[in-house]
Amino acid sequence: MSSVRRSGRAARILDAPLLLTLPALVGLLLFVGLPFALAVGMSFTNLRLGSPLPLEWVGLEQYTRLLGDETFRRALVNNAYFAAVIVPVQTALALAAALAVDGSFRGRGFARAAFFIPALFPMAMVAVVWELIYAPGAQGPLNAVGQALGVWMPRDFLRDPVLAMPSLMVLSVWQGMGLQMVILLAGLQAIPRDLYESARLDGAGAWSRFVHVTLPQLRNPLVFVVVITALLAFRLFDQVQILTRGGPGDATTTVMYEAVTAAFTRQQVGAASAMSVVFFCVVVLITALGRRAFRQEASTA
Amino acid sequence: MSARATRLRRALSSARSIVVVVAAAVWLLPAVFVVAGSFKPDALVLSEANGWRALWPSHPTLSNYGDVLRRVQFGRILFNSFVINLGIVGGGLVVNSLAGYALARLRFRGRALILAIVLALLVVPLEAIAVPLFYQMTVLGGRDTYWAQILPFVANAFSVYLFYSFFLDFPRELEEAARVDGASTLRTFVEVVVPNSAPAFASVTIVTLLLYWGLYLWPLMITSSVDVRPLPLGLASFRTLPPLQWGDIMAFAVMMVVPAIVLFLALQRWFVAGIATVGVKR
Repeated sequence: MSSVRRSGRAARILDAPLLLTLPALVGLLLFVGLPFALAVGMSFTNLRLGSPLPLEWVGLEQYTRLLGDETFRRALVNNAYFAAVIVPVQTALALAAALAVDGSFRGRGFARAAFFIPALFPMAMVAVVWELIYAPGAQGPLNAVGQALGVWMPRDFLRDPVLAMPSLMVLSVWQGMGLQMVILLAGLQAIPRDLYESARLDGAGAWSRFVHVTLPQLRNPLVFVVVITALLAFRLFDQVQILTRGGPGDATTTVMYEAVTAAFTRQQVGAASAMSVVFFCVVVLITALGRRAFRQEASTA
Repeated sequence: MSARATRLRRALSSARSIVVVVAAAVWLLPAVFVVAGSFKPDALVLSEANGWRALWPSHPTLSNYGDVLRRVQFGRILFNSFVINLGIVGGGLVVNSLAGYALARLRFRGRALILAIVLALLVVPLEAIAVPLFYQMTVLGGRDTYWAQILPFVANAFSVYLFYSFFLDFPRELEEAARVDGASTLRTFVEVVVPNSAPAFASVTIVTLLLYWGLYLWPLMITSSVDVRPLPLGLASFRTLPPLQWGDIMAFAVMMVVPAIVLFLALQRWFVAGIATVGVKR
């Protein structure tokens, strides 16, 4: 009964639930909340490091300027292009791989590990390595493959305005697919076996079982995978910075690449902040769409 | 009749096995190319890149590995990555599990508000705040330090949320037994809840490592000295260090991912379970 003894007071204060949340809360407010507020605030100013102009409140000027900035518009389009290709392709590949390595067969351990291992590689490492794979001229490995198959003549993938973006997509899918596969595989294995059994008893074929049992049951993991792939597509930076620096021209520049360039090579902190806020709005939009798709499932289930 | 069906099924199954294994091997070819390249003389990496020899260490040598150790402080960079990730994971497990537990299991004023803040901040990616965070850390004297690469990522809304949803399902009877014995909240948590929550801690560790060990943008901004730079940035700057020797770069790449692969193979079961909780349970 009398667990509160001499050290009662100190113990009770240490025991306060609020205190347990405090370290995380302070960290989040200080290193996520505050910088976010700063980003919004600075986006309404003309802040530029080392500029002789006085700091001024410029309202929405940074945003209207971004709208008129052809490079930034191109960056948004590039991100959207990247997302539009990578979301369906990577999700489909991940689903195919998950279905392929589900169940038991000889070599399953190897297949699972092989599909997953690139997901352990930092994007910076993948980018550096693929630069050699994309090496121009007949000497490049990918060009050699294309020639051997008679599909394409040697080309310079990363310096070709049309091919540069797809080249970044390919290495990104290679790196990202494995993680998605594991998520979908876990989803597949969570599907109750008897659903398949009763579908079989109803005379459903393999395709029909896939469409009417697997896909609906896999909805939440699929939504999750689609959302994180879309978010990654808009965060695109590492590959661009290492391989193309946004080029050739503006062919591979992205919102994040523009924001970092504005902040660090042109010292335009106000403009960079506005770009960060635009980027954040896209992220919120994608997340909101994803959450809606999630909730629907919960209510119909 | 049924013997024929069995034979057919067996044939189909081994056909499937072959197709999947071959596809997996093809998927791994870029990695094989890297490993093979790391074991051959620099000049051969590119000159043999256009044939099957690209995937074979034709003149095996360890000189590239020696070169990496000679040309850059690889040990230092590896150590940096180790310190940074240990800090993020270790600090994060303590701070985020406490918050997740309090939010899931205790009733107190401000709980709803704190939960709302966590859920709101869940949406903010590092990229959206990197620029102001950079100036913030610069003002605090964080340039070229370990702590500036650790502290901002210790408290993590996603980890709090993962712990929160895990502790919601934690069996109450275990806690109540401890409570009856007069243990404080903190002691109950440390002595009863934590030892019975290994899967949650493993999941968060794995997710945190997957998210942070490849971090590139942040160290690129906040560091300029090799003394505190982590592996991904170390490789990217090694790539631009003249002379360009692809064998060395491949050796660096192999050396940097071997620890991750070993860790993965050792903890494979936890990996899958950890990622599964994230993707499916939500």
